[in-house]
Amino acid sequence: MNYQWNFASVFENADALLYGAVGTLRIFAICLVLGLSLGLVVGLARYARNRLLNWPATAFVEFFRNTPVLVQILWFYFALPMLVPFEISPLMAAALGISLNSAAFSAEIYRGGIQSIEPGQWEASRALGMTGLQAMRRIILPQALRRMLPALTNRAIEIFKMSTLASVVAYVELLQQGKLVASLNFNPIETYSVIALAFFVFLFPLVRATYALERRLAKGD
Amino acid sequence: MADPLLRTIGLRKSYGTHEVLRGIDLSVLPGERIAILGASGSGKSTLLRCLNFMEIPTSGTVELGGRLLGSEGRGGGARVYAERELTQVRQRVGMVFQQFNLFPHMTAIDNVMEGLRTVKGVKAPAARERAMAELARVGLTDRAEQYPARLSGGQKQRVAIARALAMDPELLLFDEPTSALDPELVGEVLGVIRSLAEEGRTMLLVTHELGFAYHVATRVIFIADGEIHESGTPDEVLKNPQRERTQAFLARHREFSL
Repeated sequence: MNYQWNFASVFENADALLYGAVGTLRIFAICLVLGLSLGLVVGLARYARNRLLNWPATAFVEFFRNTPVLVQILWFYFALPMLVPFEISPLMAAALGISLNSAAFSAEIYRGGIQSIEPGQWEASRALGMTGLQAMRRIILPQALRRMLPALTNRAIEIFKMSTLASVVAYVELLQQGKLVASLNFNPIETYSVIALAFFVFLFPLVRATYALERRLAKGD
Repeated sequence: MADPLLRTIGLRKSYGTHEVLRGIDLSVLPGERIAILGASGSGKSTLLRCLNFMEIPTSGTVELGGRLLGSEGRGGGARVYAERELTQVRQRVGMVFQQFNLFPHMTAIDNVMEGLRTVKGVKAPAARERAMAELARVGLTDRAEQYPARLSGGQKQRVAIARALAMDPELLLFDEPTSALDPELVGEVLGVIRSLAEEGRTMLLVTHELGFAYHVATRVIFIADGEIHESGTPDEVLKNPQRERTQAFLARHREFSL
């Protein structure tokens, strides 16, 4: 073990990596918002008794849960342009794949969370004269979200890490820039070490923050 | 005689092939306090829950304040009820549950304010004032800022009663309000219900507390097999029941009393 680590060659390209980090944050933000909000819609539709809502939502969940994200991203990048009248950018393809996949998984989290609320909560809301929507918004969802927070945190972490899959269509994010730096300087060992550490440095505080949020929301329990 | 506040005609409720209510005709006059007795599974809770449409009746009609609710179903089928109408009816008919069903993510006062704020659109200061008055009525002003998890069963049920009262209901439905309570906590809840009775509120009460029914109700109904088996004053039904099944039910309840 007398390998001479040389991190200087990585930090010489800090600009490129920083540029990639911005790309990672951008696609993370897009997919987090799209994935988790679309997931809520799909999850509510899965919960609906109406078959016109329920069936397509179930089909959506099963399709995106049971195909690999990597394949979805490649499909959106290469095949979707054949079907739609506009260009698909790497960001669009990757964001579509990751968001829809996250929506499918988080839909199940929402559905499970909503179903875990005691029927008595619905009854008490309805007995006061609330509409179904009011009961959902004021009584059911606030309680369900609190229970779902750990699972949704896991989803957010997954989304962050899945963003590296966007490199397969050459979207500029951390891994993609890392590959570039590694191939220019022939230093994959140091570069990928730095990339791995960068992900940890981003995610760890995020996770700690959600723990704090969980504790804050736990009031009343 | 005053017009009934609530009237049901031929009310039926089935779950699949199992018929729980088999044609209930019931008139509730303003100020009446009706205790509903019956063995478990007799349909007494289902009857109560049909009156604020927690359960939708399979057939029969409900009139509230002289107005027939719902509209005729297609081809003479079951009556259909629009969500809008039901939310309005439920504002006029308050319900207190056996399991309290307080909202655990809200403090006691927020529980009481919730209907005012969300359903009636009352502004926060006015809603808070009203909620505080209702909490005072059930003797819980000092618990206003507590979450339900920090309240005893009896306190929870009193908050639940305050929550129902805040909506100014014309009729109150109590579904076994003390059945989930430890015996030593039953008294405080019955005390609150009795004080409401003394105010002349109209109420229907499903209960196993025969003594309470005797002292507080103006009328007692005994339900068996989804039908009104016997009905009359507390003295008539509880002290001098005419029908065999009522007698047997009361005997079972007395078996272990002191």
